[in-house]
Amino acid sequence: MRFSALKILTEGLTGNRGWGAHWRDPEPAEEYDIIIIGGGGHGLSTAYYLAKEYGLKKIAVLEKGHIGSGNIGRNTTIIRANYFLPGNSEFYSHSLKLWEGLETDLNYNVMHSQRGQIGLFHSDGQRDAAIRRANSVRNQGDDAELLSVDQLRKMLPYLDYDQGRFPIYGGLLQRRAGTARHDAVAWGYARGADQRGVDLIQNCEVIGIDVRGGVVQGVQTSRGAIRAKKVGIVVAGRSSQVAAMAGMRLPIESHVLQAFVTEGLKPCINHVISFGMGHFYISQSDKGGLVFGGDLDMYASYAARGNLPMVEHVAEAGMTLMPMIGKARMLRSWGGIMDMTPDGSPIIDKTHIEGLYLNAGWCYGGFKAVPASGNCFAHLMATDTAHASAQGFRLDRFRTGRGLMDEEGTGAQHNLH
Amino acid sequence: MRIECPLCGSRDRREFYYSGHASALERPDPDSSAEVWDDYLHNRDNPAGLTEDLWHHEMGCSAWLVVQRDTVSHAVLAVRLAKGDQL
Repeated sequence: MRFSALKILTEGLTGNRGWGAHWRDPEPAEEYDIIIIGGGGHGLSTAYYLAKEYGLKKIAVLEKGHIGSGNIGRNTTIIRANYFLPGNSEFYSHSLKLWEGLETDLNYNVMHSQRGQIGLFHSDGQRDAAIRRANSVRNQGDDAELLSVDQLRKMLPYLDYDQGRFPIYGGLLQRRAGTARHDAVAWGYARGADQRGVDLIQNCEVIGIDVRGGVVQGVQTSRGAIRAKKVGIVVAGRSSQVAAMAGMRLPIESHVLQAFVTEGLKPCINHVISFGMGHFYISQSDKGGLVFGGDLDMYASYAARGNLPMVEHVAEAGMTLMPMIGKARMLRSWGGIMDMTPDGSPIIDKTHIEGLYLNAGWCYGGFKAVPASGNCFAHLMATDTAHASAQGFRLDRFRTGRGLMDEEGTGAQHNLH
Repeated sequence: MRIECPLCGSRDRREFYYSGHASALERPDPDSSAEVWDDYLHNRDNPAGLTEDLWHHEMGCSAWLVVQRDTVSHAVLAVRLAKGDQL
């Protein structure tokens, strides 16, 4: 099924009875060339690029729940490429370019909206840091604009500029940054992978990884054993549990990150706004809800819900920045499980087991990475060499101390990111 | 979430600073290999379920505590002073 304006018009006039399922629901085969564990955004995009760019057949994605039921189904949907450090910088640049061609590539409306993202600064020192970051972003080939407080006042008249603690001195704007409809990203990649012959196997939990003589043989699942030549682990917050099935201990601690949505409002916030000093960021969904979030709850958790102190902190930061949102009623909140690495940057690498690959450690920034993460992981799994944009995401960087990517500059240590 | 401090009694989570898994108390010998130190500093069991982690009662008695928790339910099961453990 190919989507087109004509198809939509025809279906609209005939009661929308001609739409079929977007992907098959196959039984698992006995053997695949490649198994991807995890049917989230990163796993689905990996399968899609393996089939599309490397022409590989016999690929399966194993998902313990349903497609897109993890963090890709609940996040704050922000896309940007304004990372500072080499290693991260070129990777997110690659991802943003893939986002820009994604809807055409997938023939799927992911509601990609380049509404611009603005990071605020509150002192002369922070302005200098913003200029340095802007130069770094422009050197990587992407856009960054420094906004004076007067320019900002025209764009965002509703901020409290003269607040006592964090008076606003200006902002760093990336116009090509923005948001996308998170579910549609999962669905678009799932459909694209399925069309190229990938088996998307849902309700199939991996319960063991078979390794013999240091070589991966396949996986044990809730629906039986499946043999495979190569296996990729792409399971975000559950990375430690799945890697443990292959006898590995990862440099990851899983934390809960909360986010919130208000009732639907008329359009009022036209950009993504990041208030770093308050650990607060906000945008408005196309449905009208204000989508905002804060920092981690800051303790190891798999509960997929957080506690009240962070709810209060986020609400206070929001009120400090834009008092107008105080009248909006919070509709719902949720907590996602974040696979936090010591330096706050991800891992796309081989493991010490032949044929077993790891894609993990996306911390709280995985959504924007979905296209490039899959693209680079597919490259690694297909060619056994790291993609040019993901050379820095090595698993051994913590052991060697070389190439640590600590964007916040707090030290490559658990609990500091 | 409330934590039962052995010195101060039941207190709100806001009074405590979380510092990660209690395996930090099992410091390797200084002459251990780089692999051992890497494992100690970076790798974690990261259990979904029962865990022990270190909390500092920074807005209370300033004691370091070993808290036994369930990471799936957020239940706090047992708390003891880290002082008794070898540092």
